[in-house]
Amino acid sequence: MQYVYFDHNATTPVDARVLETVVACLDRTFGNASSIHYFGQAAKQRLEQARRQVAALIQASPAEVIFSSGGTESDNMAVLGAVRARTGARHVITTAIEHPAVLAACSQLEREGVEVTRVPVNGSGVVEADSIRRALRPDTVLVSVMHANNELGTIQPIAEIAEIAREAAVLFHVDGVQALGKIPVDVRALGIDFYSVSGHKLYAPKGVGALYARKGTRTAALTFGGHHERDRRPGTENVPGIAGFGAAAELAAGHLAADAARIASLRDRLERAVLDRIPQTGVNGGGVPRTPNTTNIYFDGIDGEALVIALDLRGFAVSTGSACSSGAVTPSHVLTAIGLRPERARASIRFSLGISNTAEQVDALVNALEASVTHLRRISVHA
Amino acid sequence: MPEEPIAVAMSGGVDSSTVAALLVRQGRRVVGLTMQLWNQRRFPQLGTGGGTGRCCSLDDVYDARRVAEQIGIPYYVVNFEEQFEERVVKPFVEDYLAGRTPIPCTLCNNYIKFDRFLEMADAAGAQQIATGHYARVRYSAEAGRYQMLRAVDGSKDQTYFLFGLTQAQLARTMFPLGEMTKPEVRELARSMDLAVAAKGDSQEICFIPNGDYAAFLSAYLEENGAEARRTHGAIVTTDGRTVGEHAGVHHFTVGQRRGLGIATGEPLYVIATDPETQRVVVGGNQDLLRSRLYARDVNWVSVADAGTGLRAQVKIRNKHAAAPATIRRAGDPCRVEVEFDDPQRAVTPGQAAVFYDGDLVLGGGWIE
Repeated sequence: MQYVYFDHNATTPVDARVLETVVACLDRTFGNASSIHYFGQAAKQRLEQARRQVAALIQASPAEVIFSSGGTESDNMAVLGAVRARTGARHVITTAIEHPAVLAACSQLEREGVEVTRVPVNGSGVVEADSIRRALRPDTVLVSVMHANNELGTIQPIAEIAEIAREAAVLFHVDGVQALGKIPVDVRALGIDFYSVSGHKLYAPKGVGALYARKGTRTAALTFGGHHERDRRPGTENVPGIAGFGAAAELAAGHLAADAARIASLRDRLERAVLDRIPQTGVNGGGVPRTPNTTNIYFDGIDGEALVIALDLRGFAVSTGSACSSGAVTPSHVLTAIGLRPERARASIRFSLGISNTAEQVDALVNALEASVTHLRRISVHA
Repeated sequence: MPEEPIAVAMSGGVDSSTVAALLVRQGRRVVGLTMQLWNQRRFPQLGTGGGTGRCCSLDDVYDARRVAEQIGIPYYVVNFEEQFEERVVKPFVEDYLAGRTPIPCTLCNNYIKFDRFLEMADAAGAQQIATGHYARVRYSAEAGRYQMLRAVDGSKDQTYFLFGLTQAQLARTMFPLGEMTKPEVRELARSMDLAVAAKGDSQEICFIPNGDYAAFLSAYLEENGAEARRTHGAIVTTDGRTVGEHAGVHHFTVGQRRGLGIATGEPLYVIATDPETQRVVVGGNQDLLRSRLYARDVNWVSVADAGTGLRAQVKIRNKHAAAPATIRRAGDPCRVEVEFDDPQRAVTPGQAAVFYDGDLVLGGGWIE
C-alpha cells in the first residue's frame, strides 16, 4: 500500500538536502564546538553558519538566536525565563488556543504565584488585539501569543499586539513554531521580544529549535551547566541537528513564496472538493488569514478518531489535531475555544499539507474521505 | 482493499496478544486496537496497585504496541474513557451506594468491549472481532441462534461476565482461546516468542488499585463533591439488636465475615445492607441461606426464553459452583424467578445470576 502524508503540522520529513548536511556533519564535523582545536573550530564554524541561516529567515541578528532542543524548550525558556527574570512579576497574558508548551508553562507560573489571564478568541480562531489590551494590568510582565495556530492555521494579529505590548512596556513572546517556513517572518518588523521556532516543522530533524531573544532582553536560566549559547542554554550543542536546521532555514528562505502559493492552491482544492462532495461538512476557523497548508474540517456525525484510523488503513495520514498517542480524552481546547460544541469538535480532522503533496494525492484523499465518511455514517449508532 | 481484517482487542496481556499472533499465524489480516478506558493517574492517593490488576496503564499500551510491531499488524489506541466512566464506573459507584455489589466487568463487556469496540472495528473495516476471553461461541442451526459455551479451561472460564452479549454481538465475535487451557496459551505465546509470554494475569477490577473498593469510592465521591451523604450507621442483628457501628454500607457485602469489628461467641456474617437507614444486618451462617431469587434484565443467550420453566445450574457469583435450580418467568419476559433445589449461601443483590445447562450458557440476569 502507498502511504501519503497530510500531517505536516505534526512534523515534516527531512528534506534530502538537509539530510545531506546532517550526515556530512555527523560524519566529518564531530568536534565539540567549545574546543580550542581544529575539530572544535570546525564545529563552531558550522554552528555559527547555521545561526546566520536561521537569523536570516526571521530577519534577526545572529547574536539574537539561541539554539534549543525544539519548540517546547524555546517556549519554556521564553515564558518561564522572562517572567522569572523579573522580580515581583505578578501577571501574564496568553490566549486560550496556545500550544500546551505555553499553556503548561503558564500553569507552572501560576503555581509559583503569578496570575495568568487566558484571553478568549473569536469564532474564527483569532485573538482580537483589543482583548489583549483590555487584559493588561499595571503588573503585567509578559504577553505570549502564537503566530499561527497549529490546529486551525489561523494567523494572529502579532504586529498589532506587539504595539500594544510596547506601549505598555510589557515583554511580548510569540510562539512561531507553526508559522516558520509557512509564512514570512520578520521579528523586527513585528516588533516582538521573543520568538520560538522548531526545526522539524520545516523539513529539518527533530530535536532542534531556537529562541529569538531580542538584544537586551533577559531570561532566567532553566538549566544549569556550561557557558554555551551566551550563557542562556547550557549543554554541548547538537551541531548536526543545528546545521540541518540552518540548511532547512536557508531552503525555506529561497522557496517559501513559491511553495506557499502552490500548497495553498492544493489546500483550497481539498477544501472545495470536500465541501462539494461530502454533505454536513464545514471548515473550522475559515474566512480569516491562515497558513497556506492547514485546514480543519468537521464531518458531522462521525467520530474523528475513527476517521483517522479508517484513513490510515487506506494509506492516508491525517490527525484530529488534538491527537496524542494514547488518544485524547477531551475535545481539542482550540476547537472548544472557537465555540464548537463537543460533538462537532470530536468530528473534526486537521489536514496539513507539505511541499511533496500533489494534486493527485489530494484527489485520492478526497475519494478515500468520501468513502470512509459514508461508511462511518452508515454504521454509526451513537454519534 | 484486500481480505477483510479481524479487529483484535489487545490489552497488552498474554491472552489477547496470543489471539492476535495466532490469527496472524493463520494467515488472517489483523488490526490491533487497545481501548484506553481509565486514567490510572486520576487518583494518585490510591497508590499504584503494585502493577497487578491494572488495565490501561502506559506499560500495558507499550506491551500491546510491542506485540503489534512484532507480528507486523496495524495498531491503534482508541480512547473510550468517557463512555467507560458513564456506562461502567458511575453505575458501579451508584450500585455500591445503593447497597448492591456490582460487577463492572459485565457492564464493560456489554457496553464497551462488545459495543463501542465493534463500532471502532467497523471503522477499521473489520466485520469480525476477536478477544482473549475464555469462552466459546458457536452457531446452532437447531436452535437458530448463536450459543455460548463455557471455556474448556474451567478455571479460566469467563462466561459469567459475558452473559449479556446479544445475538448481534455474538455473530461478530471470536474467542480463539475458548478451546485452550491457560498453560497451553502461555506455551503458545512462548513458542511465538511473544514478549508478554511470562506476564502475570490481571486481577480484580481494572480501575481499582489493590482491590480496595472503599478507598476508591471515597476518592471518587470526594472528587465529585458528593461525600456529604451520611456514611455511618448501626450494625444490627436479625432480631433488631444493635451490636455495633460501621463507617458506611458500601464497606460491606452480603456474606462478608471479616471487618465487622464485633467480638461475639459465634461467627457473624453480613446478611443484608440497607442504604436508606444505613443499617447493616448481621446474623449466623444459616441466616445467609436462600432458596429463591429474582433476576431482572435477563438476557437469553443459547435459548430464546425460559419457556414454561427451565431446569438449569445457576451461578450467583464468579467463584460459585453452579447449583441446580428451576427458572420460571416472573412477570415480564426479562424477569425470572430462580428456585434452587438446595438453599444457597449469600445471594447478593447486584451480582449476576447466570444459567447453565452443562457447558451451555442459557442466559443470565441481575439479582434483585
